Amino acid sequence: MDAPTNPWRDAFEAFKASDAAQMGATARDAAFARFDAHGMPSKRDEYWKYTPVRDVTPDTPVPANNAADAFADVDAYRFVFVDGHLDAARSDRDALAKVADVADEKGAPWMDGVFNALQAQPIIGAQKQVERPFADLNLALFSDGLAVRIPAGTALDKPIHLRYEGNRPAHLRLEMLVEKGASATLLESGAGALTTGAEVVVEDGATLNHLRAQTEVADKQFTALYAKIGAEAQFKTFTLAADGALIRNETQITMAGENGNGHIAAGVMGRGKALIDNTVYISHEAAHCESRQVVKNVMDDESKAVFQGKIYVKKDAQKTDGYQISQSVLLSEGAEFNAKPELEIYADDVMCSHGSTTGALDETALFYLRSRGVPLKEAEAMLVAAFVDEAILEIADEGLQDIVRKAVDAWMAERAAG
Amino acid sequence: MLKIENLHCQLEDDADTKILKGVDLEVEAGKVHAIMGPNGSGKSTLSYVLSGRDGYEVTDGSATLLGEDILDMEPDERAAAGLFLAFQYPVEIPGVGNMIFLRTALNAQRKARGEEEMGAPEFLKLVRAKAAELDISPDMMKRPVNVGFSGGEKKRNEILQMSLLQPKLCILDETDSGLDVDAMKLVSKGVNALRDEGRGFLVITHYQRLLDHIKPDVVHIMAAGKIVQTGGPELALEVEKNGYADILGAAA
Ligand SMILES: Nc1ncnc2c1ncn2[C@@H]1O[C@H](COP(=O)(O)OP(=O)(O)O)[C@@H](O)[C@H]1O
Ligand SMILES: [Mg+2]
Repeated sequence: MDAPTNPWRDAFEAFKASDAAQMGATARDAAFARFDAHGMPSKRDEYWKYTPVRDVTPDTPVPANNAADAFADVDAYRFVFVDGHLDAARSDRDALAKVADVADEKGAPWMDGVFNALQAQPIIGAQKQVERPFADLNLALFSDGLAVRIPAGTALDKPIHLRYEGNRPAHLRLEMLVEKGASATLLESGAGALTTGAEVVVEDGATLNHLRAQTEVADKQFTALYAKIGAEAQFKTFTLAADGALIRNETQITMAGENGNGHIAAGVMGRGKALIDNTVYISHEAAHCESRQVVKNVMDDESKAVFQGKIYVKKDAQKTDGYQISQSVLLSEGAEFNAKPELEIYADDVMCSHGSTTGALDETALFYLRSRGVPLKEAEAMLVAAFVDEAILEIADEGLQDIVRKAVDAWMAERAAG
Repeated sequence: MLKIENLHCQLEDDADTKILKGVDLEVEAGKVHAIMGPNGSGKSTLSYVLSGRDGYEVTDGSATLLGEDILDMEPDERAAAGLFLAFQYPVEIPGVGNMIFLRTALNAQRKARGEEEMGAPEFLKLVRAKAAELDISPDMMKRPVNVGFSGGEKKRNEILQMSLLQPKLCILDETDSGLDVDAMKLVSKGVNALRDEGRGFLVITHYQRLLDHIKPDVVHIMAAGKIVQTGGPELALEVEKNGYADILGAAA
């Protein structure tokens, strides 16, 4: 009798023969073995209750909708990946290589410290370890990506923009080391990646700002971001997700040095049958760190938002300041929000809080605006913009804030027109 | 200008709560009508039904503004048609800047009427002048709508909106509540500046004192969802002196 076919195993075996698979072969094997031991999670698995992925296969198409690239006009070091491979002609690899250290196909010595950080750090709660199947799949299967080191003290003059295009269900990876006192901004956009995996190390006193526009994904995208934040370092990540049929963003941050700062924010706009899941895990391992999670969901039709956010504070991480808020505005009765906030604290002198709300737009405020002549849809757009703005304000750069505001406005305008 | 006939309403989700029980009222252009009456008599409800707030169901009667039936209009359409309600409790809207709000409202109304939208420089000039008249600081204009405003500041902000939007019929619901004497003077001045032949006012108040500043042409007493008495300014003075008991007793 034949063993039941496992499409992911077949995909991995086939991929192993490719050139791309040779880099990090050992890590890839280990990652795939971790994935394969459990397979795709089911609704019974912790952190997968609301997000059905059991049927996701390696040949899942990655169509784009007709939204424009939110970052098209941003002056950036662009890395365009088409069908899982860098399009060198449209990319600024050489330009970036002049100011930062960009690894080649064989990697670079410094990468060892970053690479595999993810697999070395699965989510270890007090009770048990949580699998990260898409992070493992990404590590096993990534066909291309960027590995970049921002040298100590360098303030990168413009953002790095990773752009995902094409129709193939690609797996793309980022390895990034922001050395002591350096600073950089990282942008991501495009539908042409089924999974993305990022490992970033933000060393002492360094700053990394990350902004992801998931506005073109028509079907599925799974992202895994792992960041390790050093002392006095700052990391801010923001995701604007809109409309994808199934989007899951996992962000895991380790506050590894004292006085570090880690912010995760998201704006989520859902319509149709979209399901958008932001799952966040912040581990405080050093004292005097601050972390913030600000998630704002705007859900129409029968769309669903999921937020799972955990603040984990180790015994020695005294004086931790952890904050988490997740809020949803439901624009229709069929929309849904599932929140799972968690605190797990082993230090005794900390300040941690979380809150979650869900409901319709404020009727009284809507009436007030309308009574002054503002039509309903426009009034709703004003209140939605105000609602999402609390998350947008977490973005460090004001120009980038405005890009996100415009995308939110465009989404509401399209809704009003539809 | 505003003609209300036999207006009946009840709560939308509780048909047993009948609030307006046959209101008849006509406000002519150029006139100020005051409505007084005890708490709970339905004054605010009348203002909400006229401006189109959800939650009330009109079961009988009609209301027209300049001959147009307003009860079937959306609230924003009523505003564009010239109706303005200064709220008893102005609403705080976190995250929406006062300036943006005012400009959006003004231009939405202009657009609805087929007029040209007002450009930013012209608007800025206009709003600065009006704000100064009402002693509204530039800082208040920058803040989110009514957020952190004192009671008096909120009421002044209502009058600012009114003078910017230049409505045809102004309904003021307890605009005097929560105002000290100076603020009341300021607000009254703002209202009086808007008085002209083409504009009608419906001033809802619990107390006579506002009517010392905004002199009414006609005074109505409302009780239990109806206008029970109508008279001249002297009716307000009578209420001030004797309370509602006499009037209500006579009407019953
Ligand atoms: N949304 C509502 N839900 C329940 N009761 C209401 C509502 N609106 C008005 N009422 C009731 O209707 C009556 C009239 O209220 P209101 O119009 O506010 O009176 P006034 O402004 O004259 O003080 C009161 O008994 C009030 O409790
Ligand atoms: Mg009232």
